[in-house]
Amino acid sequence: MQTYDLEADGLRGLNAALHAQSSETNQTHWEIVNPRGSHAIAVGLDAPIEVNVKGSTGYYCGGMNKQATVHVYGSAGPGVAENMMSGTVVIDGDASQYAGATGNGGTLVIKGNASSRCGISMKGIDIVVHGNVGHMSAFMGQSGNLVVCGDAGEALGDSIYEARLFVRGSVKSLGADCVEKEMRPEHLDLLRDLLERGGCDAKPEEFKRYGSARQLYNFKVDNAY
Amino acid sequence: MCGIVGLFLKDKALEPRLGAMLTDMLITMTDRGPDSAGIAIYGEGAAGVSKVTVQSETPDQDFADLADKVKALVGGPVSLTRRDTHAVLSVPAGKAEELRKQLKEVAPTVRVMSFGDTLEIYKEVGLPKDVAARFDIASMSGSHGIGHTRMATESAVTTMGAHPFNTGSDQCLVHNGSLSNHNSLRRKLNREGIHVETKNDSEVAAAYLTWKMQNGATLGEALENSLDDLDGFFNFVVGTKDGFGVVRDPIACKPAVMAETDQYVAFGSEYRALVNLPGIEDARVWEPEPATVYFWRHGETTTPNKKAA
Repeated sequence: MQTYDLEADGLRGLNAALHAQSSETNQTHWEIVNPRGSHAIAVGLDAPIEVNVKGSTGYYCGGMNKQATVHVYGSAGPGVAENMMSGTVVIDGDASQYAGATGNGGTLVIKGNASSRCGISMKGIDIVVHGNVGHMSAFMGQSGNLVVCGDAGEALGDSIYEARLFVRGSVKSLGADCVEKEMRPEHLDLLRDLLERGGCDAKPEEFKRYGSARQLYNFKVDNAY
Repeated sequence: MCGIVGLFLKDKALEPRLGAMLTDMLITMTDRGPDSAGIAIYGEGAAGVSKVTVQSETPDQDFADLADKVKALVGGPVSLTRRDTHAVLSVPAGKAEELRKQLKEVAPTVRVMSFGDTLEIYKEVGLPKDVAARFDIASMSGSHGIGHTRMATESAVTTMGAHPFNTGSDQCLVHNGSLSNHNSLRRKLNREGIHVETKNDSEVAAAYLTWKMQNGATLGEALENSLDDLDGFFNFVVGTKDGFGVVRDPIACKPAVMAETDQYVAFGSEYRALVNLPGIEDARVWEPEPATVYFWRHGETTTPNKKAA
């Protein structure tokens, strides 16, 4: 296992070392100590490695991740796992605003609460939040799945496209064009798998599903070019 | 951007370290705003004495006979303690506001930074580390304080445009964000007789809270009203003689993290600002909710719960 002291050795060195790993690397386990809320920890990784961050992180931790597993043993600042492509990011604590924003793939697990705009403009990422999410979550969500085991804040799924939203608790309000939808057997199967990947013991039957009513401008064929 | 830090001490044993802790927190936030920096410190007051903190571009000249001029203006014992471009004038209690209004008559090149019984504000153009060193903020003690490092958007990069802003006795405010209705609100406040010194949007927010509190609102109520009357983006951290408040606008896109232990309540624009505080590992750390007022007061045994606006 490689141990990296961020306070002593600096961020650029860390990310350069992580970027230097190929898919055949034998340095597959990395531990980062003293993150102290630093920005851009473990961004842009593209190798099947495991990075454990022992503390809380600042902006954009795990951003643009491919293949790697990044585990934050603390809370994460704004934009964690932003634009993730594949791999897994796990946050033991809370996540600040726009967690998983524009994510194309991979799995983001937040064991605490997520703040506002969680999964904004998500494009294929799967996000599992054990706690609550803040306002405007999944705004303009295009595809992928957002699972919320707690409650959702105001304007959930505003202007949503094809992303699927599953909420166990209350929803303060639904955003424009977001509606509750029927939970069919295939959704229960999908949700069961998501909950298992997210390490949740919640039952799929306890959730409600939300998605697009497909009534906004872009869904009308007369508005197509 | 802009960076905000704030510290409200519950444990008196930490008071001698307030300036040092705030300085460390503010320097960490330097890359959020390198234009100018300022710190408001609520220090020890003395019975029968009020304080007016003033600033001059030519302090050698202006401060030489300032105490005498002020004595002639307001009467009673007056003393002056200089710190770099700033000086704290100690005047008889109740004379501070009068002095703020009349100082220009006797010293036209001296500007008022703050007035009150315990509040002192030090602010200048420059990096937090340089500004803090000029005034030796790290040596200051106090019960609570607020710091700000600025990336200007709404008005010029000048000493007077730096935060914190003081518009009422012992009141101060710092702001991260931008207000869009500050011009109309400034005109309204002027009509109400509230003094607004600059063209800065954040000073209008400070003056608005002063106006509300002059009309009987508590700090918490004034902050709740601000959610209805101020248009724009804001994180406000405000101080009064014995209180400390935080509010974020309903969109809440400006970052904010708070931490609370038995010893203190702390605010930072980012968690980075809080990592050197004692006991931070075991502190309750959370993001203040949008459109929700938080405030604490000295002398209250329990921490007030957040109050939905």
